[in-house]
Amino acid sequence: MDVNKNSYTFSFAAIMVVLIAALLSISYIFLKPFQTKNVELEKKQNILKSVGVNIDRNNSENEYSKYITQELVINQEGDVLEGSAFDIDLSKELKKEVSNQKLPLYISKVNNETKYIIPLIGKGLWGPIWGFISLNEDLNTVFAAVFDHKSETPGLGAEINSYEIFQKNFEGKTIMEGDKFVSIVVQKGGSNGDIHKVDGISGGTITSDGVTDMLKERLEKYIKYFNIISNENKVDKMLKIVQIDEDADTISNVSKRLID
Amino acid sequence: MSKNKEKLFSKKNLNLLKDPLDENNPITVQVLGICSALAITVKLKPAIVMSLSVLVVMSVANVIISLMRNLIPSRIRIIVQLVVIATLVILVDQFLKAFVYDVSKELSVFVGLIITNCIIMGRLEAFALGNNVWKSFLDGIGNSFAYGFILIIVAFFRELFGSGTLMGFDVIGYLGLYEYGYVNNGMMILPPMALITCGIIIWLQRIRNKKLVEEN
Repeated sequence: MDVNKNSYTFSFAAIMVVLIAALLSISYIFLKPFQTKNVELEKKQNILKSVGVNIDRNNSENEYSKYITQELVINQEGDVLEGSAFDIDLSKELKKEVSNQKLPLYISKVNNETKYIIPLIGKGLWGPIWGFISLNEDLNTVFAAVFDHKSETPGLGAEINSYEIFQKNFEGKTIMEGDKFVSIVVQKGGSNGDIHKVDGISGGTITSDGVTDMLKERLEKYIKYFNIISNENKVDKMLKIVQIDEDADTISNVSKRLID
Repeated sequence: MSKNKEKLFSKKNLNLLKDPLDENNPITVQVLGICSALAITVKLKPAIVMSLSVLVVMSVANVIISLMRNLIPSRIRIIVQLVVIATLVILVDQFLKAFVYDVSKELSVFVGLIITNCIIMGRLEAFALGNNVWKSFLDGIGNSFAYGFILIIVAFFRELFGSGTLMGFDVIGYLGLYEYGYVNNGMMILPPMALITCGIIIWLQRIRNKKLVEEN
């Protein structure tokens, strides 16, 4: 058989392409459920990690429901929308107009303290970077942050997923200066103790800048909602004080009456 | 059929495994696959994972091409080789993602780099197309070992001097050298140092093996 005939070459190529396409699509269809499951578990693991709960990926399913109390969807104006935060695909939301974007927000209770978890997504050097940042009840101080990436350079930009080198530095930083939103800046050359700055990664400047942009762009959209709830929290506190006052009042009135 | 039957591990076949390690090393002698050698040698772990993946892809691709060597039309042989490599890499990637998710995260972009690794295509073109299955398999193993060997050496030094760790374990901190004022060399984690490390290996190899030294 002459393997160099045109007809042979064409049919060889055609058969090869069809076979390969079939092989690849079959493997894709069979493996897809496993892959999705892995991604979902990892997301839960990361959400938990952002509030300081470190667990194995396989246990994240159970632990997730223990710690996360609310999965809210809000918009930029601070209104709470219907739906669950977990089902929101942030990369799709980013393509929409800002006013139509749905913003996911997780609320968790760890050691009886409320933490607000904001999912992040942005651009690194080679591909997307993402993460979760959790704020304390004051909606200003960062409790913890986790980051991950698709394809940053190992040893350089990829270090954003390391707790010791990078993520640790976010703890205790604040995103507000008075009433103004300032975000947190990943600074080349070190933070020098600035409360709104975090040390960058040497050799990973573009990835570091990506983290800065991501934080600013994402967090900014939640500020209105935060103002609303922090006001609510204030009102709640006031009500509590009034309540305590009233309680005290009743007692004193009672004793007064007794005296009378 | 079998004109002069050769033993499975005859001297000639063993040389297929040994040669690439020294005299015919794909990186230090043929200077192939340098791109990936620069990119993933910052840390030891990805370098090892990459070496293993190249081992799998290269040996399987060599076998497949060798099996088909009499069927492949010579005008599209490069395309066929590329298709075989790319398909294998995608399959490996999909399997890793489904069953060993952590390893697949470790590899991330480098899966793509395997496809473009010129060592693999070089071996397919130069060896598998003209030799039988067993020999091609040995050749694949030999070359990927040689590739991985260099990769791991380079990664070892870059991680040790650049980050002070090995496989993520803080060696320098453990030895307590930081207290004496030791500082990690940030330059080691930048790509140029991979080239320089490779260059030093090439130099040392040529001191040892004068045959490799080019005339003039």
